[in-house]
Amino acid sequence: MSDIETFRSEARDWLEANCPAGARGPDSVLPDVVWGGRRQTFAHDDVKIWLERLIERGWTVPRWPTQYGGAGLTEEQDKVLREEMRAIGTRSPLFSFGMAMLAPVLMEYATEEQKLEHLPKIARGEIRWCQGYSEPGAGSDLAGLQCRAVREGDHYTINGQKIWTSDADVSDWIFALVRTDTEVPKHDGISFVLVDMETEGVSVSPIELISGASPFCETFFDNVRVPIGNRVGEENKGWTIAKRLLQYERSMLAESTGVGSGASTRRQSLLEVARESLATPEGQLPDAGLRDELVQYEMDRLCYGATYQRSTDAAKAGQGMGPESSMFKLYLSEMNQRGSDLRQRLVGHVSLVWDGEDVPAEEREMTRGWLYGKAGTILGGTSEIQMNIIAKRVLGLPD
Amino acid sequence: MALVLTEEQELLRDSARGFVADQWNIDRLRKLRSMSSGRGHDEDLWKQMAELGWTGIPFAEEYGGLGLGYAELGVVLEELGRGLVVAPFLSSIVLAGSAVALGGNDAQRKSLLPGVCDGTRLLALAYQESPRHDPYAIATAARLDGDDYLLSGRKVLVLDGESADLLVVAARTGGSTGDRDGLTLFLVASDVPGLTLKRNVLLDSRCAVNIELDNVRVESNSVLGAPGTGADVLDEVFARAAVALSAEMLGGIQESFDRTVEYLKERDQFGVKIGTFQGLKHRAARWFCEVELTRSIVMDALRAIDEQREQQAMLASACKARASDTYRLCGKEGIQMHGGMGVTDEADIGFFMKRARVSELLLGDSTYHRNRFAELGGY
Repeated sequence: MSDIETFRSEARDWLEANCPAGARGPDSVLPDVVWGGRRQTFAHDDVKIWLERLIERGWTVPRWPTQYGGAGLTEEQDKVLREEMRAIGTRSPLFSFGMAMLAPVLMEYATEEQKLEHLPKIARGEIRWCQGYSEPGAGSDLAGLQCRAVREGDHYTINGQKIWTSDADVSDWIFALVRTDTEVPKHDGISFVLVDMETEGVSVSPIELISGASPFCETFFDNVRVPIGNRVGEENKGWTIAKRLLQYERSMLAESTGVGSGASTRRQSLLEVARESLATPEGQLPDAGLRDELVQYEMDRLCYGATYQRSTDAAKAGQGMGPESSMFKLYLSEMNQRGSDLRQRLVGHVSLVWDGEDVPAEEREMTRGWLYGKAGTILGGTSEIQMNIIAKRVLGLPD
Repeated sequence: MALVLTEEQELLRDSARGFVADQWNIDRLRKLRSMSSGRGHDEDLWKQMAELGWTGIPFAEEYGGLGLGYAELGVVLEELGRGLVVAPFLSSIVLAGSAVALGGNDAQRKSLLPGVCDGTRLLALAYQESPRHDPYAIATAARLDGDDYLLSGRKVLVLDGESADLLVVAARTGGSTGDRDGLTLFLVASDVPGLTLKRNVLLDSRCAVNIELDNVRVESNSVLGAPGTGADVLDEVFARAAVALSAEMLGGIQESFDRTVEYLKERDQFGVKIGTFQGLKHRAARWFCEVELTRSIVMDALRAIDEQREQQAMLASACKARASDTYRLCGKEGIQMHGGMGVTDEADIGFFMKRARVSELLLGDSTYHRNRFAELGGY
């Protein structure tokens, strides 16, 4: 038996022996995502047990080196593992900003000590991270950020405010961009620091959106003391790391089913929604305009899917994701908005209810999702910023 | 199959790109459009392409082909499309060639395909009668007369029909216009009595003929495959040809985009390059996304043919719809961003717009294919 087939057989045996009944198959109780962190709770014991076993095996982040909490799997082994997990209807439920955004830049820019300190806790879901990037005065012009870090001996004293810090109210640590030099061009005075949210002077306040309650928060820093050793990379060289992390963020947004799309695999297809709404269980839909919009959306999804696959295949052939990740972010967020918008129009009057006695909870959520989805083309860099990036970095158009 | 080129396909692409750069020039389109007679393409160029084996790419080796797939054919077509090369690839190899390969009996394949593969025999498919692409809107009648058939009717937009030795003519042996049933494909020599060709030079300098058939006598062994089964063959041929044409369109899409982006970097106005203006940058960025999405769906649809994927026909429609819309965008933005130069005959960019328009309407534009996609999807 080849090495990879041995691996497959071992993985299969291990999954069979270790994946609890509740964490597999069509009746799996696995939530969409377990975000981890000090405040993580589990509605079902099987989820907790499953996660613990995966962590022990390094299979929450199978490709990471073992010293950082992974299993050091090759790409091929990772693929086999995912296949075997799919075969029994399971997956690793752990996902976090720490895994998707912070960890890759720590691997590239952090000291060995920092890696050993933070990566295993991300792999084990012990620490939940949030992102301290935007500020009230620094949105699209991110590099114009003003949150100030003044060096005093062996620590920085941080004063300022961050905004759109998703899930800050349930996170344990924050990775933040701070200004460490005000005398130089804006890109040259930024540092990348890691801050424990329990440090004195850090406070968080949730933001209400057009959709109601949201994961977004404001995070305030009032004389917060952070050890110099919590800085990643050199002082004032944080912008390079910041940009790199944004690439991972865009990739993450491109891979996710998208903000506000009501992401669930069990969701009705738009065609099913149309059939129900137009009372046409089979045959040609009676509204030619809606039918055409539906087709356009389905075709766009095929094109997007093929583009995503092409990018994945290209990466495997040795060409990594570069600035073209902006294209995915731009296109997917707009496509999801269109899909969500079309769905709301298809379901008709029910989509107009904000709250009330005679509307299913699921419909209310879809309406909130449609509203929340308006953020999709703004967060993680607006569509306009993505187009700037494409124009500059991909097409090489002059400034 | 992965959506990247294999090493062999990259070599093929480089060879095709080199060939087009050495042997072809867009200026040739200016000469071709003013030729009122003769072949609408350069015979010597065609011969060279045949010698390179490209004409045999999608055909089985037993018929003299290379036994490769649409993924490879697409690579060559893209490069030809990039240069707006005029050659009877779509007409002889993809449309009529596929009709013979898919619908012909063994004797017909053996007698016709080797000549198609080595480029010595040119075929053309005469199908269209309606103003817009509508595969079953065929009125041309094939009436039995003894052992023979008599064909009468009118065909339009027979691409490269002026050069074809043999026409594959879709006619009706049953049913009435619009019916899927009752269509039959006939092999008809282009010089038989009762057949009149009228030569048109299209917007994009390619040639197409309109054909009058007035009691054209063909023998019963000229039926391609079995009588009445023409639609089965045509459906398959059109699905393949839509993708092959999209691959050729992709080349023009990419080239017109690249040329325009270069122009944005060169052209000075208000003392700066016009590419510094955000109003143009954002449009270029969106255009870039459309080009990339088109490339992806073309690559996927080509491979779907080779893999005989079940949703191949739907994918073909998604592909041709996208390619049509994107190429139209290229025509619009390419000319607009070139400004006044864009509407001159001196600038090449206009030729891409013209090719875009012809390609868009050939084999169905985006609304046709969206409707078809929904029909295939059962809604």
